[in-house]
Amino acid sequence: MRDMIIRTLSLLAFLATWWLLALVNASVQWVPAVMIPTPPQVLEAGWDIRELVPGDIAISLMRVFEGFLIAAVLGVLLGCLSGSSRFAENIIDPVLEVLRPIPPLAFLPIFIIWFGLGEASKVLMIAFSAFFIIYVNTYQGVRYADPLLMRAALSLGASKRQAFFGIGLPSAMPEIFTGLRLGIGMAFFVLVAAELIAADSGMGFRIQEARWQFRVDRMFFGAALIGMIGFILFAVLKFAESKLLAWKPRREAH
Amino acid sequence: MNTKTTLVADNVSLRYGSKGSGVTAIENISLDVNEGEFVTIVGPSGCGKSSFLSMVAGFVPVSGGRITLDGKPLSGPGSDRGVVFQEHALFPWMSVRQNIAFGPRVNKVPAREIEKRVDELLELIGLTRFRDSWPKELSGGMKQRVAIARALANRPKMLLMDEPFAALDAQTRRFLQDELLRIWQTTKTTILFITHGIDESVLLADRVVVMTARPGRIKTIIPVPLPRPRDENTPEFTRVRKQVSDALLSELKMV
Repeated sequence: MRDMIIRTLSLLAFLATWWLLALVNASVQWVPAVMIPTPPQVLEAGWDIRELVPGDIAISLMRVFEGFLIAAVLGVLLGCLSGSSRFAENIIDPVLEVLRPIPPLAFLPIFIIWFGLGEASKVLMIAFSAFFIIYVNTYQGVRYADPLLMRAALSLGASKRQAFFGIGLPSAMPEIFTGLRLGIGMAFFVLVAAELIAADSGMGFRIQEARWQFRVDRMFFGAALIGMIGFILFAVLKFAESKLLAWKPRREAH
Repeated sequence: MNTKTTLVADNVSLRYGSKGSGVTAIENISLDVNEGEFVTIVGPSGCGKSSFLSMVAGFVPVSGGRITLDGKPLSGPGSDRGVVFQEHALFPWMSVRQNIAFGPRVNKVPAREIEKRVDELLELIGLTRFRDSWPKELSGGMKQRVAIARALANRPKMLLMDEPFAALDAQTRRFLQDELLRIWQTTKTTILFITHGIDESVLLADRVVVMTARPGRIKTIIPVPLPRPRDENTPEFTRVRKQVSDALLSELKMV
């Protein structure tokens, strides 16, 4: 409770500082006033383009979900494979280890050339970027699943398959969930970058458009909107996680 | 008195690493356990007593010799031997009921029969009230009782227990020792119990196996001809305890 109050106050202080800065700048004119809009001006800018906002959110979320879904399916599948079989690990892991350190955005131009400027390039870009973090977490979770629990399952008569699906996989759920959460974050991160470069709709594109029109207030609004959507998405995922992993003993508070 | 032999370890040894440069953890252990018998194994730490249990459980293959259960050679873990570990090893995302039901479930026991067994076992360990609780909601002693019930749910021929009470506080341990004896007397399951507690070994066992320091061999087997319930403060108990501790102590001096 006390944490919540401090957190809220911190957020309010941040807003107030921004507002104050914008007001001071407007009167002193270090930079032109339009460069640092006040919070109400940003809201007003959002109100001006209110017909566009739902469509932008919808198309952006669509891209994130499509890309994320591909990444989640592939990441969890391959992570399970290489986490549970030494043979699969030797085949899959080296390739991914080589690709992983390359910033995914470095592939964006290649993806645009390969898949054009349409939806495919953006969705695949998102899938590609989110994949690695999901794969790595799943792999680690499955690979280092509590050997004691596996032994217990085997001693109770479980086959290797039953032990994996009944015990190994569920015990890796916390790590898999961490991977999915980070994967969504990654998907969002790449979404905006992809939309800045190649799109004619979406939340990221709206920022780019505002730049051409030199509407800093709209750019602020676009950024805030993405932040809000991301925040809500994370909150939903957190909630789902807390429900699904309610069996997990809570870590001691530090 | 039933004296049918169930577990036979014949010249069993365990080596780690390659031949020549490897380490011998266990050397030529031969041990017969009778049906319904309660056998404890004590030994200095690192003597390989837990490794021996792992071989009986089928987690670790023997390097030499062989182990049979009712005449059949062991190959890997199986539901004819229930294992209780030092840590409770309950599946944390399953309720108490689901944990106990896991063994019969993977062994395709009919659902009705599973329910019946679970109810009986919950009754036996006195945790009926907690059937739908999660492991994290139980105390250490309760978790270990559930672990025992889970291991018994397959109606195994043997219960293998690897220092199951070592992580508990003294009072809880004492309570669980009595509980285990009660469960053993009710189910008549053969028990092989690893411990480093001399008192515990004498309190529980029909026979105490004392192992040597590395490489682990059987130093001596001490029968405990005392009626149950046993009282640690009687001269008879003290005499057996001294026998066990003398055997152990001479081992520690040699190291």
